[in-house]
Amino acid sequence: MSRPILPNKPIAEQMWVKPVYILIFLLMGLTGFAQMPIFKRYYIADIPGLAWLDQYYVTHTIHYLGAIALLSLIAYCLVIYWALLRKQYRLTVLAWIRVVLLAGIVGTGIFRVLKNLPDVVFSPGFTMFIDIAHLSFMMLYLVMALISVLTRQKWLRVKASIY
Amino acid sequence: MSLSRRTFLKTGVAAACAACASQVPKPASAEPRKVQELATLIDIRKCIGCEACVEACRDANADKYPDPRKPYPKMYPSRVKVEDWSDPEGRETRDRLTPYNWLFIQEVTVTHNGEEITMTIPRRCMHCQNPPCADLCPWGSARKLKNGITVIDADLCLGGAKCKSVCPWDVPQRQTGVGLYLDLLPAFAGNGVMYKCDRCYNRIAEGELPACIEECPEQVQTIGPRDEILREAHRLAESENLYIYGEHENGGTNTIYLSPVPFDLISQAIERGEGKPRMDPVADQMAHADNLAKAMVIAPIAGVAAAVGRVYKAIKTSEEKQEETK
Repeated sequence: MSRPILPNKPIAEQMWVKPVYILIFLLMGLTGFAQMPIFKRYYIADIPGLAWLDQYYVTHTIHYLGAIALLSLIAYCLVIYWALLRKQYRLTVLAWIRVVLLAGIVGTGIFRVLKNLPDVVFSPGFTMFIDIAHLSFMMLYLVMALISVLTRQKWLRVKASIY
Repeated sequence: MSLSRRTFLKTGVAAACAACASQVPKPASAEPRKVQELATLIDIRKCIGCEACVEACRDANADKYPDPRKPYPKMYPSRVKVEDWSDPEGRETRDRLTPYNWLFIQEVTVTHNGEEITMTIPRRCMHCQNPPCADLCPWGSARKLKNGITVIDADLCLGGAKCKSVCPWDVPQRQTGVGLYLDLLPAFAGNGVMYKCDRCYNRIAEGELPACIEECPEQVQTIGPRDEILREAHRLAESENLYIYGEHENGGTNTIYLSPVPFDLISQAIERGEGKPRMDPVADQMAHADNLAKAMVIAPIAGVAAAVGRVYKAIKTSEEKQEETK
């Protein structure tokens, strides 16, 4: 095995990436669900400080801003993992499942963004597919995230061969 | 320019031929003309308020109108209200947009150049070029067709009314007790189906004119490719000192109004309220999405650039440490 670039100790990214990722993901989830007309119906937008959840254009803008932050973070993490971490760490099974689901969320999200551009028209069937797939990937992701929390399984595990 | 039925049909046939011909590879110089969005030109000067278009619309689209199941399911929480237009009085309402009235005549009186002018204006969905209702529908039931028509699929709509909330003109109207939500969780999600003008997309697909255009005795409306409609609108506006509405509203619509008086006067005088759309300038509601979409292209590049810098620094630090330990 080739020599790891970094010594076998946590790097700075392992400290700050997780809270930033959770923050972005919660915001994305909240503003994503706000795209459905549920927060006003179920009085959530009536809670002081949450009235903005009923403003579709506001939540849509925040969702897009969150997507920009998420895409930057994903690209950053991919490079960092590939260049600095992959020789010392491996992704856990639950992490792989979440990576696949995340790819699904991002992929369908990209098509959703394309659909919202002027002069871009998808077929009715495909439009519905990306809408429902985007929501389904997110729901599955939340389930897997919950399982990960309950089983305390992290994203990365130190490779046995390091020791 | 005269956009008669013949011109319209010729355009349709040309578009169909172009679509078929596009299956055959050919040099770029012989590329067929792109299928264009169809727009309508509504010359307000010609409208006499006879409501022939309204009746034609109701007749042509009667089989698309809701036929709700009663009694309506109890909906929770209590703030969710039944919207019912299915009683005889509701069905006969003609002075606003309803699920049973997708086009109505709005009367307005303005004073322009010292002269009092009363006008009647056909009002319906503007069929935006980038329609927020279709872009933001969470279920994909509102959608834009390639020929520029925005439709709501009554078989898929859950009646959440988001399309109405994001429409600058509040056009779609809801009928409770009909649609897919009845088969899902009628007590807790959905509230019927949203209805609006679909510009007789089924008639257009068969090479016919929308009913309101065909039955109008004054030829108030014409339909054709958007660039031709706009050319005609500007020609008339310049030669006859008219005003245009709909060309730039909400980023551009496929409904272009021509008026002998400025639209800000109409906007001030027009009756507003539920089912009665505005007529003032409307900014592009989806501009934020277009701008942020560009930033999304740059975002991963920025992430990679930051990470490469970080990796370079880490490698350098690692090498320096190894040098020190030698």
